[in-house]
Amino acid sequence: MAETAPLICRDIHKTFDKLEVLKGISLETRKGDVVSLIGSSGSGKSTFLRCINLLETPTSGDIIVHGDPIRFTNNRKGERVPADNRQVELIRARLSMVFQGFNLWSHMTVLENIIEAPVHVLKIPKKEAIERAEAYLDKVGIYERKDYYPAQMSGGQQQRAAIARALAMEPEVMLFDEPTSALDPELVGEVLKVMQSLADEGRTMIVVTHEMAFARDVSSKVLFLHQGVIEEQGTPEKVFDHPESERMKQFLAPKF
Amino acid sequence: MFDLKGYGPALAEGAVITIELAFLSLALALFLGLVGASAKLSGSRVASGIATAYTTLIRGVPDLVMMLLFYYGGQVAVNMLSDYLWETREIDFFFQFDPFISGVVTIGLIFGAYMTETFRGAFLAVDVGQIEAAKAYGFTRWHTFRRVMVPQMLRHALPGIGNNWQVLLKTTALVSIIGLTDMVRVAEEAAKAERMPFHFFIPVAAVYLILTAGSELFIKWLDRRANVGVVQGN
Repeated sequence: MAETAPLICRDIHKTFDKLEVLKGISLETRKGDVVSLIGSSGSGKSTFLRCINLLETPTSGDIIVHGDPIRFTNNRKGERVPADNRQVELIRARLSMVFQGFNLWSHMTVLENIIEAPVHVLKIPKKEAIERAEAYLDKVGIYERKDYYPAQMSGGQQQRAAIARALAMEPEVMLFDEPTSALDPELVGEVLKVMQSLADEGRTMIVVTHEMAFARDVSSKVLFLHQGVIEEQGTPEKVFDHPESERMKQFLAPKF
Repeated sequence: MFDLKGYGPALAEGAVITIELAFLSLALALFLGLVGASAKLSGSRVASGIATAYTTLIRGVPDLVMMLLFYYGGQVAVNMLSDYLWETREIDFFFQFDPFISGVVTIGLIFGAYMTETFRGAFLAVDVGQIEAAKAYGFTRWHTFRRVMVPQMLRHALPGIGNNWQVLLKTTALVSIIGLTDMVRVAEEAAKAERMPFHFFIPVAAVYLILTAGSELFIKWLDRRANVGVVQGN
């Protein structure tokens, strides 16, 4: 029997007021897939990622997390909203997100940041959560910073802490929203290295990125978005070396 | 040092009443402020309408007028309700509107309105990313409120809370008008009887000053605690 897909998105549309940002995006992942979403700013790639964990509610389309379809209903104004907030919370706990701006909770230490959701959302005993957190902090290489507050660390360290926070949920899928875009160039490498090691372990990841080398070398699948549609998709070899669409060719063309 | 002409114990009792009144009103004001700010930001039109009516009304009417209205009006309202219940249902219901309770309720309501605005601004100052991260990790709304929004909001709210608290403390002096024997009332009686205004009002002023100066230190300490993890720019 085939394994259940960790995440399926079918024909996702998203409209803000009158502006249609996503015009039917579909994505099916298998366990261990690393999907890179690339495209210029405004192409809808971040919006698509935020639709997956319902930080934005898709105007239409289905999202199925490990065989569990998210249920929607219409509110009094006729807008589509999730039917069951509890279901959304449970699904979000299985899709942990790493943000462009890190978004570590600034009033908590690194360790407190990492155990917060496992203890209060997954209801794991605190002692176990701390052990788990320490193991992941060690993995991302900032164990010795566990009692620091986020503002006392560099951007790269904060982002690695945020990745440890995501890992501590032991999620079905990890969502990365431009994880290196807010970093100084010399700090990008340390974060990409951690992400590469996660990919090597076979974790399912969806990564919105401008790092073409990462997309090419680490992903199993690349989606190129342009004006809310998938212009080009496939293996990195296909997308980068033999693109079919004009837009993709332009996107890859040297800029200088 | 100071001969208080036998009024010492009464003044001390009055000071205790002032402090009790101030703390109970503060508790009520903080509670109303949190509820009011949450209502204003809830996105529900009914809730934010009620909260706006409350802050507009309270902030637009002088404190003294509110206090007189609650104390005298409150008793009349209780009397009317009592008569009505007895005549229609034969229910025996009555209580005396005590000046202490009306003081706490009035001051709590007044400063609840100011706290509502303080907290509202502070909630709005919390970075959206912090709340988004909480959502993205499956927090319930209540958990997000309690563990992320309130602790982060407090950083922004503490200076405003401190300010409100100092004004609140001084506003308690108004209760002497409705017959509560706080320290101002005792001092007024003593000053009249002994014809020695400086002798009694200066110690009272000093007690207020000690309380407000002490609170200022305490608020500073709280502020340092709430801002743990914030790197201060120079």
